Amino acid sequence: MNRPARSVASPADTGVPARSRARITARTLRTDRWWLPPLLTTLGLAAFVIYATVRSFMREGYWAAEHHYLTPFYSPCLSDSCVPGSSHLGTPVGELPGFIPLAFLSLPFLLLFRLTCYYYRKAYYRSIWMSPPACAVGEPHSKYTGETRLPLIVQNSHRYFFYAAVLIAVINSYDAILAFGGENGFGIGLGNVVLLVNVVLLWGYTLSCHSCRHVTGGRLKHFSKNPVRYWIWTQVTRLNVRHMQLAWITLATLALTDLYVWLVASGTIVDPRFFN
Amino acid sequence: MSYQAQLRVWRGDDGSGGLQDFTVEANEGEVVLDLIHRLQATQTPDLAVRWNCKAGKCGSCSAEVNGRPRLLCMTRMSIFDEDEVITVTPMRTFPVIRDLVNDVSYNYTKAREIPAFTPPADLKPGDYRMQQVDVERSQEFRKCIECFLCQDTCHVIRDHEENKESFAGPRFLMRIAELEMHPLDVADRREAAQSEHGLGYCNITKCCSEVCPENIHITDNALIPMKERVADRRYDPIVWLGNKLFKRDKN
Amino acid sequence: MTEVERHSYDVVVIGAGGAGLRAVIEARQRGLSVAVVCKSLFGKAHTVMAEGGCAASMGNANSNDNWQVHFRDTMRGGKFLNNWRMAELHAKEAPDRVWELETYGALFDRTKDGRISQRNFGGHTYPRLAHVGDRTGLELIRTMQQKIVSLQQEDFKQYGDYEAKLKVFGECTITELLKEGSGEQGRIAGAFGYWRESGRFILFDTPAVVLATGGIGKSFQVTSNSWEYTGDGHALALRAGADLINMEFVQFHPTGMVWPPSVKGILVTEGVRGDGGVLKNSQGERFMFRYIPDVFKGQYADSEEEADRWYDDADNNRRTPDLLPRDEVARAINAEVKAGRGSPHGGVFLDIASRLPAEEIKKRLPSMYHQFKELADVDITREPMEVGPTCHYVMGGIEVDPDTGSSSVPGLFAAGECSGGMHGSNRLGGNSLSDLLVFGRRAGLGASSYVESLGQRPKVTDTTVDAAAKTAVASFDPPPEGTTPENPYTLHMELQQSMNDLVGIIRKADEIEEALDKLADIRRRIAGVTVEGHRQYNPGWHLALDLRNMLLVSECVARAALRRTESRGGHTRDDHPQMDAKWRNTLLVCRTAGDGPVPDVEVVAKEQEPMRPDLLEQFEFGELEKYYTSEELTDHPGRTA
Repeated sequence: MNRPARSVASPADTGVPARSRARITARTLRTDRWWLPPLLTTLGLAAFVIYATVRSFMREGYWAAEHHYLTPFYSPCLSDSCVPGSSHLGTPVGELPGFIPLAFLSLPFLLLFRLTCYYYRKAYYRSIWMSPPACAVGEPHSKYTGETRLPLIVQNSHRYFFYAAVLIAVINSYDAILAFGGENGFGIGLGNVVLLVNVVLLWGYTLSCHSCRHVTGGRLKHFSKNPVRYWIWTQVTRLNVRHMQLAWITLATLALTDLYVWLVASGTIVDPRFFN
Repeated sequence: MSYQAQLRVWRGDDGSGGLQDFTVEANEGEVVLDLIHRLQATQTPDLAVRWNCKAGKCGSCSAEVNGRPRLLCMTRMSIFDEDEVITVTPMRTFPVIRDLVNDVSYNYTKAREIPAFTPPADLKPGDYRMQQVDVERSQEFRKCIECFLCQDTCHVIRDHEENKESFAGPRFLMRIAELEMHPLDVADRREAAQSEHGLGYCNITKCCSEVCPENIHITDNALIPMKERVADRRYDPIVWLGNKLFKRDKN
Repeated sequence: MTEVERHSYDVVVIGAGGAGLRAVIEARQRGLSVAVVCKSLFGKAHTVMAEGGCAASMGNANSNDNWQVHFRDTMRGGKFLNNWRMAELHAKEAPDRVWELETYGALFDRTKDGRISQRNFGGHTYPRLAHVGDRTGLELIRTMQQKIVSLQQEDFKQYGDYEAKLKVFGECTITELLKEGSGEQGRIAGAFGYWRESGRFILFDTPAVVLATGGIGKSFQVTSNSWEYTGDGHALALRAGADLINMEFVQFHPTGMVWPPSVKGILVTEGVRGDGGVLKNSQGERFMFRYIPDVFKGQYADSEEEADRWYDDADNNRRTPDLLPRDEVARAINAEVKAGRGSPHGGVFLDIASRLPAEEIKKRLPSMYHQFKELADVDITREPMEVGPTCHYVMGGIEVDPDTGSSSVPGLFAAGECSGGMHGSNRLGGNSLSDLLVFGRRAGLGASSYVESLGQRPKVTDTTVDAAAKTAVASFDPPPEGTTPENPYTLHMELQQSMNDLVGIIRKADEIEEALDKLADIRRRIAGVTVEGHRQYNPGWHLALDLRNMLLVSECVARAALRRTESRGGHTRDDHPQMDAKWRNTLLVCRTAGDGPVPDVEVVAKEQEPMRPDLLEQFEFGELEKYYTSEELTDHPGRTA
């Protein structure tokens, strides 16, 4: 390969021998509260992880039988351990031990989809890993190889988790539609609105993914030769600009949707009905 | 409306140096570079600063103001409180020559390592036909004024001098993306982007996009699409299997 | 002998703007070894400031366009004082030069059928400017910079060294051209200068030097030019014995920013008007309709309705007078402000907000939107801009042979803004970028042919090197006995102020004389300039050296301006307000009369060679009558009497 033999800080162009950086010892000279965004990110992510972990293993309050509300944390529910009615895609799997979440098929993929997501990567690299904690603030690590080797090289598989996330979003949509038919037939309650809003936003997050933007049109060299894919790409691009917002909003709606189903299923609140 | 502004300027060279305090007059509508120039004309005639157009078009006056990489000519004094101490230092990622002037030769070295535009061999001048929608992506990247603030802020080299050898930096990874998306470029740049120019070092923390004075979406429009294109080439199991079977992987 | 870093090249190009880089590319492609020396970093040259576009009659937007129309527009814009051969070459070759850029990787905006899109501009009959939004100059520089990199990559493959045959010497200033022999026999042998960052001396042994140093705007207070524009090439050529012509013609761009003070003079592209922006005074009147001069009557719309129709239907309507040549618009703005109809900060209003939807403005004029937002806190999609004239370009420069770019000194070539003749008394917008490409290439070719034709190469003598070194560091010594020490910044400000106020956009004999007195005073005091500190990256020292060049060119401008007793293009005399056909064929030549770092200059008149008959016949007799004397047109076939 044509890598030049000379060192990087080549003196040849400058007429002066190679030099060192300005001797400034401060880690950063930023005067704003640069530590606040990474702190908030850490807190936000931690709150969700704790809540989601607890709920995923709880095996309670995930199915509001009267209105057929299924929380996304337990969808699809495919085992004999699922409460009756919640497993509307059948139960090909037998009883599951308690350490396996009932949504064993979807949760790992959803987790990996978000873990390899280009936005979440930025978020946790900056906050949890502090690499860097904020722009122009020194990071605490002495070595850095980024995503050049294992394990982080696996981040490049994001698109496969995107494909899985699309399938799961389809299932979530199916759940939300089924929820319009409860024990008393067709009806609309607040829970339907909650499930619907959640699933629409999930689609928003999923389709605004950078891999989706690439697959639908970004990989083309000539947009002009593929007008339809170009149009799709422009739409995905518009969503993609909001990928970060959607990432946070859907974390919140996922938790809130689950909480709502939990509250209804446990009888803590009664689902307000608009129709039947 | 003028007032006395408090400036703290790094002065020195690669041997030694430190922050020095100055009080300088500031007038309405001025930018930090105006104050530096006033310092030169009134107090420190040999204060070194690099600048050219003073309109944010040439990218010469890159430095750090209150720890943030910025163009001195585009940093308006009105964003600071009148009693705030404004700290101006050279860029910290590159060697310093003197005062606020950096040795940015790293960037020129990297520029030379990116293979040039490669048009189809038989296409004659005047026969180039390209659609506007096809050139727009690369045009965004060509807005780059090469101020190198993105290179300065990128932690890959800012915090790890040793990575300079194998990492081209956001500016030049974007240059690869620009050529990769150029409608008439026939070279395949994906393999080299990863193996020779260090695309994998990028952990998409977006500091480059944040500092870009031209508001180029470096991360979203250049680096991530480039990572995806590399994934097409290197991390797609079907392509990988094909290469193994047919021994096309010659690099 | 002086300690000096020494290099040897076939061709040394001074200046890495558009003209310089194009010359480098040409000379290298001819197989020669080339050095390019520039005062700032590689890729920062002033060409990046060019916004509107690059004029070339490709006929993509209007197929009626061809080189003849472009030629006629250029001559008209320059009020027929142009070097017609340059105007001819320029009009003929510009399209090829633009297409060539595409092969280097340039990405111009496109038409629907995939060709290069072209936009309207002042003085151009048809949409003719190839452009990229409003950052065309940046595209040109970057494209050629990248072409040079690709040439270096080829050299790397062949010689194992990127810089084997082509090297950029960034942040390096040439202070002296060295010759072998003197007088008529003298020819270029080398160039002497220093590294800006270390202050160390550098010497190039070279038989051919191409000057491409740009303009002189830093001699004026309000200017769109950067610090580099100190007339270095003009002064180097003068001191080497070459002639400058047309120095009285300085273009004041009609639309520079006027507020805030720190950005006063920064350019607002003519593209704003090309895309529909109109000039208004404080009473909201579109005043340009009152300022259509006689020579342009009939070619411009005389009602707002017709002007507005022209944007969509250019074939059946005449264009808006907002797009008159720059000199006319600048004078009109000046007159409105003087008459008390100016904007709050001493300019006039340029309104695009009420003419185009906000999204369209952002799309077509992104960097203007950005510039006003960031620098003046003005949203141009909502409010009008305040604009006023700013020193922008010097039409005058080194007199060169049109075909080869050669000056009267053997081995000395020039191209771009520092050469003179091409634009006559006034340059059309967009003709600068094309000028750089056409004549940059020709100077590169001219220099290559000259080098190839040489038997024995001229040699630099040690004594000239010692003298150049001594002159360069003189300002570090205490001032000579009896001279007061002077601060270079103060002298520079005084020079700018005098030129701006007394030899600016409107000139009078007594004011110019006052300016000459002031310049004489500065000339006396310049010997006392002393600088502090050491030679490493010392801006005070750099300014002290540049100051001599600014003084020399300022004297040329003022002397020529005093001599020309008429108003034409970029030269407006309040005491001689009319254009005078007797002056049309007269070129004022500025040359040195003496030696030393700041030699005396003198201005002499000479006649320009008459235009070739076939070119003259390109014009209607009726139009020529407005510019030419009756005797000059005796043989024109259109003559009826």
